[in-house]
Amino acid sequence: MDVMPKWAEVILVPLISLLLAAFLSALIILAIGEDPIAAAKLMFEGAVGSVRGWGYTLYYATNFMFTGLAVSVAFHARMFNIGGEGQAVLGGLGVALVCLYVPWPHWSIALVAATAMAAAFGAFWAAIPAYLQAKRGSHIVITTIMFNYIAAAVLIYLLNEFLKPAGAADPSSARFAAHLDLPTLNSVLNGMGIKASKDDSVNVTFLIAIASCVAVWVLMWKTRLGYEIRAFGHSGSAARYAGINPTKIIMVSMIISGALAGMMGINVVMGEAERLVLNSVEGAGFIGIAVALMGRNHPFGVFLAAILFGFLYQGGAELDFWTSIPRELIVVIQALVILFTGALDHMVRMPLERVFLAFRKGGV
Amino acid sequence: MNTTSPAIELKGISKAFGPVQANKDISIRVMPGTIHGIIGENGAGKSTLMSILYGFYKADKGEIFISGTKAEIPDSQAAISAGIGMVFQHFKLVENFTVLENIILGAEGGWSLTTSLAKARKSLIELAAEYELNIDPEALIEEIGVGMQQRVEILKALYRQADILILDEPTGVLTPPEADQLFRILGRLREEGKTIILITHKLREIMDITDTVSVMRRGEMTATVKTADTSPEELAELMVGRKVLLRVDKAPAKPGKVVLDIQNLRVVDEQGVERLKGIDLQVRAGEVVGIAGVAGNGQSELLEVLGGYADGKGTVLLNGEPIDLTGKNSDGQSRRARGIAHVPEDRQREGLIMDFMAWENTAFGYHHDDAYRAGILMDNAAIRQDTEEKMERFDVRPPDPRLSAKNFSGGNQQKIVLAREIERNPDLLLIGQPTRGVDIGAIEFIHQKIVALRDQGKAILLVSVELEEILALSDRVAVMFDGHIMGERMPNDTDEKELGLLMAGVGS
Repeated sequence: MDVMPKWAEVILVPLISLLLAAFLSALIILAIGEDPIAAAKLMFEGAVGSVRGWGYTLYYATNFMFTGLAVSVAFHARMFNIGGEGQAVLGGLGVALVCLYVPWPHWSIALVAATAMAAAFGAFWAAIPAYLQAKRGSHIVITTIMFNYIAAAVLIYLLNEFLKPAGAADPSSARFAAHLDLPTLNSVLNGMGIKASKDDSVNVTFLIAIASCVAVWVLMWKTRLGYEIRAFGHSGSAARYAGINPTKIIMVSMIISGALAGMMGINVVMGEAERLVLNSVEGAGFIGIAVALMGRNHPFGVFLAAILFGFLYQGGAELDFWTSIPRELIVVIQALVILFTGALDHMVRMPLERVFLAFRKGGV
Repeated sequence: MNTTSPAIELKGISKAFGPVQANKDISIRVMPGTIHGIIGENGAGKSTLMSILYGFYKADKGEIFISGTKAEIPDSQAAISAGIGMVFQHFKLVENFTVLENIILGAEGGWSLTTSLAKARKSLIELAAEYELNIDPEALIEEIGVGMQQRVEILKALYRQADILILDEPTGVLTPPEADQLFRILGRLREEGKTIILITHKLREIMDITDTVSVMRRGEMTATVKTADTSPEELAELMVGRKVLLRVDKAPAKPGKVVLDIQNLRVVDEQGVERLKGIDLQVRAGEVVGIAGVAGNGQSELLEVLGGYADGKGTVLLNGEPIDLTGKNSDGQSRRARGIAHVPEDRQREGLIMDFMAWENTAFGYHHDDAYRAGILMDNAAIRQDTEEKMERFDVRPPDPRLSAKNFSGGNQQKIVLAREIERNPDLLLIGQPTRGVDIGAIEFIHQKIVALRDQGKAILLVSVELEEILALSDRVAVMFDGHIMGERMPNDTDEKELGLLMAGVGS
């Protein structure tokens, strides 16, 4: 029998983990002679205390939603896709090509095409390791991480040799046409009569990310394909018995995963930079692993975890900016959150289960 | 106090794993020079109790006395020095070592292997003579039979001066003649004053060989009785907690047309070993054909190739039409579409997804079915509804479609699989180890369902390593050995002895 009620499982366990991580972070900040309360205040104000802060928090959260969903879809098929980074790079390349070389009349049509290209490029980049895994047994962890490096090299090559405007020193593409700028979320809200400022990073891609969360939920729990993916992920031998084709599941789940990671490219390339730059992905592919882990591979969990990590990312940037807390320590804080919510899950779960058990026994 | 103190006495042993109370306040006295049976269903807590005795687990509460003195057994080394020897269900032998090397493994004594081998050889010969356990010390483990390997395990314990031998389901892997031989050895050991604890779920073994029997149910010791004063019926009732029918009631079969026709079927496994070496077999409508044999003689491969997840060569006709043995149309989905249902041998690894809820498992393999479809989505509500009805008809407890498969008992898990496969109304039902790890109460129910399906005129191919089950259910018995069918017998014209010889590859 499940020992804990569902709400304790999904809310209480991560919350306690989070508090533990925060507590330990506070001790570390104290140890280097800074004030943890002030630091926390600064993080909160920086990340959610202003419209601008919220804008960046949700902008980062958009990236993490895509990569978190990507990791979780693959994970349901027991594929550990750590190539989100490279797939996002390729996705961004797809977006840039569409925006640079096709004269779109309006941003909305360009967005549809860019989304399709981002997904296709990301999917392609995941399909090769998937094929090697399904047909050759090459381990997906090894191949996807190698493909991250290949993607980075491909990007550098293309930027320097082809996409860089003649005479420019910076390895980045030309700026996209101005009318292709994606509307920020605030301008959408303004359009609906809600007053908000303009200078804001979160853009309509955020809505695509939310739609992707819903779509992944429908796919995994409401369709036969999702059922087969989960069945295969839980038990390869049982899937074989049921006549579920392993090659198909490995390919399809990785293609969906890669497409989701690739779609992150819309946000960073079309939404933010408005041109193709070298390091637009900035490790979001790897943070996606933590997001999926913390979100228990469920789209709703991924949504919440992505916002949390967006907060940590933006708040961390503020700390870096305003205090003498070194940049590395912010990474340590993020790592603590990952450690407690992901890896040390049982440390919180076991005592909590005992509490609930005692409670139940007492009640009966 | 008795004049002799018990060889082993457990007082108030309790052990919990998280929320599961595996052993509850268990007390037991095993007198020296007796064979003491411990019987109970899977999950009753027999193995946990023995693991505590052998130092694998630490009891939460309770005391252990060996020959009247209180003993602490923190690990298996302590158990060995206390004179306890354990023969596990799955042998712990090094395949490419000789018998002798295996026997001294872990008890080499001294730095020179040659000296200890010589010493061991001498005492092994003495032991073998004393207990009539003849064995060739130089034979490699991989080259001797399962019965011999078990003998090595017993000798290993005796070499370590064990006075108390614990055997965990020792006959699971043996043919009937091998089991008889084992029982003769055990009898001989008892004469020499050794104490033996025999853990089993087979009532007949208890009746045949033990002096005293303790029954376990749900972590508790429900009774300890003299074997001579009890009966299989009474023991079954003690195990299950209610009266059970041990026999299968069935009318004579009325075989109809040939449903399954297997001709010269061959299967080569991934290591390139030929597992089926030309099988010919027919199953008719309205009959149960039982495949008897010791595990690992090709029965699993036969089910796998017919169920659509192993490639084969040869001809298999279903209702006169060939079915594909390789390629795209040979998978499980195609088999189901042709009217073959399959209850696999290993329900936890194949038949069910343990982390899926009962209703998700009910759709498993049939998830493309139109009844379970709502447009491009799966009709989860319809599946849940269907599951609820199936659970009621098959008396699955608790009847909760949202409970994960892993939270059901073995018997109820098997009922979920059975309900899924039988209610498809298949032409042919493949069923492997239908009652493995299933409690006696559910065995009765499952057997009745199989017979009822037969009486509807369906063809049933049954694979089981339990000879009793084969004899009780089958209308025709085929015996497999080393990838061949050694012969077919009618169950009322044969007995376990004859089948046992066939299972060992002797005869016809």
